Amino acid sequence: MTDIKSELAVMPPSTHGPDDAPVETTNRVRASDIIGPTVVFVLFIGFWYALSTTILPEQKRFLLPTPHKVLKEGFFTWQVGEQRGLFPILRSMWSSIQVALIGLVITIVIGTMLATAMATRRWVERATWPYLVALQSAPILAMTPLIRALIDGVQTQRVLVVVLIAFFPIVNNTLFGLLSVEKSQHELFTLHGAGKWTRLMKLQFPAAMPNIFVGLRISAGLSVIGAVVGDFYFRQGGVVGIGAQIDIYRGRLWGSELVAAILLASVFGLVVFIAFGFLSKVAIGKWHTTTRGQ
Amino acid sequence: MAGALSFKNVGMTFPDGTRALGGATFDVNPGEFVTVVGPSGCGKSTLLRIASNLETATDGVCDVDRDSIGYVFQDATLLPWRTVAKNIELLAELHGVDKAEREGRVHSVIDLVGLVGFEDKYPKQLSGGMKMRASLARSLVMKPRVFLFDEPFGALDEITRERLNDELLRLFRLEGFAGLFITHSISEAVYLSTRVLVMSSRPGRIVDSFDVPFEYPRAHSLRYEPEFAELCGEVSTALRGALV
Repeated sequence: MTDIKSELAVMPPSTHGPDDAPVETTNRVRASDIIGPTVVFVLFIGFWYALSTTILPEQKRFLLPTPHKVLKEGFFTWQVGEQRGLFPILRSMWSSIQVALIGLVITIVIGTMLATAMATRRWVERATWPYLVALQSAPILAMTPLIRALIDGVQTQRVLVVVLIAFFPIVNNTLFGLLSVEKSQHELFTLHGAGKWTRLMKLQFPAAMPNIFVGLRISAGLSVIGAVVGDFYFRQGGVVGIGAQIDIYRGRLWGSELVAAILLASVFGLVVFIAFGFLSKVAIGKWHTTTRGQ
Repeated sequence: MAGALSFKNVGMTFPDGTRALGGATFDVNPGEFVTVVGPSGCGKSTLLRIASNLETATDGVCDVDRDSIGYVFQDATLLPWRTVAKNIELLAELHGVDKAEREGRVHSVIDLVGLVGFEDKYPKQLSGGMKMRASLARSLVMKPRVFLFDEPFGALDEITRERLNDELLRLFRLEGFAGLFITHSISEAVYLSTRVLVMSSRPGRIVDSFDVPFEYPRAHSLRYEPEFAELCGEVSTALRGALV
């Protein structure tokens, strides 16, 4: 998983010898950077063909259409009826994107505020930490009846699911970052009479940025999962989210649209992941050695 | 108050009962550069931490104007997200010095420590020696009258260390601060100081004091003079005695 690799990326870079020239990292693209993913892609498509033409029993092949059939019916057909074709998929995708983004923004705002309160006041940390950990492992989806009973509006319910699922990593990583400032740097601020607020803004938050971005990236990925999964459980007539759309295709055995929708949902997750990686590089790449998990 | 910095029977007992510092009495006068050498864990650093109020002595009195202290840590403690210039500006920023004044001071100390051309570099792009220069510059911005050094050059290679010793002496002569310097290196102590104090092992006490007679400015070649070696030998003998 990316989590572990990204955790490694926040570890302090190894210091090099005292007066040798500082190491400049090069961004050369190696041939293996292109060959690797290409080989995996070809193998993936090959395996897919094998599954849908020979491995699956003949009467079950409708479950997984061949790649070219998916392309033709899922991507190159704009709209057939109310539900089939690329347009309905994109329409429901857009609905989910909105839910994921709204949920993510709320998560970031509340999560950062809570982490700050936890870092500055010990009793807040003591009071909330066990419940945050519990929240992380709680089966949110089993609570759907409760959520439905307490909150009106499908949109709000879906956003709430996103927040609940994406909440923990941003709090955890921000808190960890705020509390991991080196002792000597704290002492420097103490020596010069810095108050809590100055310390927070000029020392703890900047120092925590690498961790905060790790949390952001994980939470962003989870917000996509939260939105897609939340769609399954909270929907109304009219435009539904991509999760509900996938469920509809599954129910009607429309294999091509089903696969196309799943692929697009994955691409959304990938785009979010890459976007936050890029954002992190822009924000802290200049001073922080590794901002990518590699 | 006698010196710029004065310790009277300053002792330190940690809450767990460990006696870290056994009662130290000495002054550092304006224009003096005093170095403390002593075995590891004898409480040398505790002296500085008490002087700067990072820790409070459990007994005795430490007298110093706490608003005019410069403190140089063992590592450079630069903030990695700030450029060299921004790091050097930090303390003035914390003290609320206004922006124009800050920039003027930063500019002049960068010149003073020989970091011209590195203003916009980030700490990760600097060598260990340059980081230490930036760290010195950061304290110099506040024009401290008392400068505390906690083994600042311990992690540097010998050539860089000697070069920074010379730089430090030049700054000491130029700025006229009183210096209290902690080190493990006897030759560094003798080369830099007007006076070398020897501390015993824990609980640390000042057991010997040597006046260093060499005139400033001191040249690198001083290290190879017989008188220099002789004094180093005496300090070393005292240090061995302090270990038992």
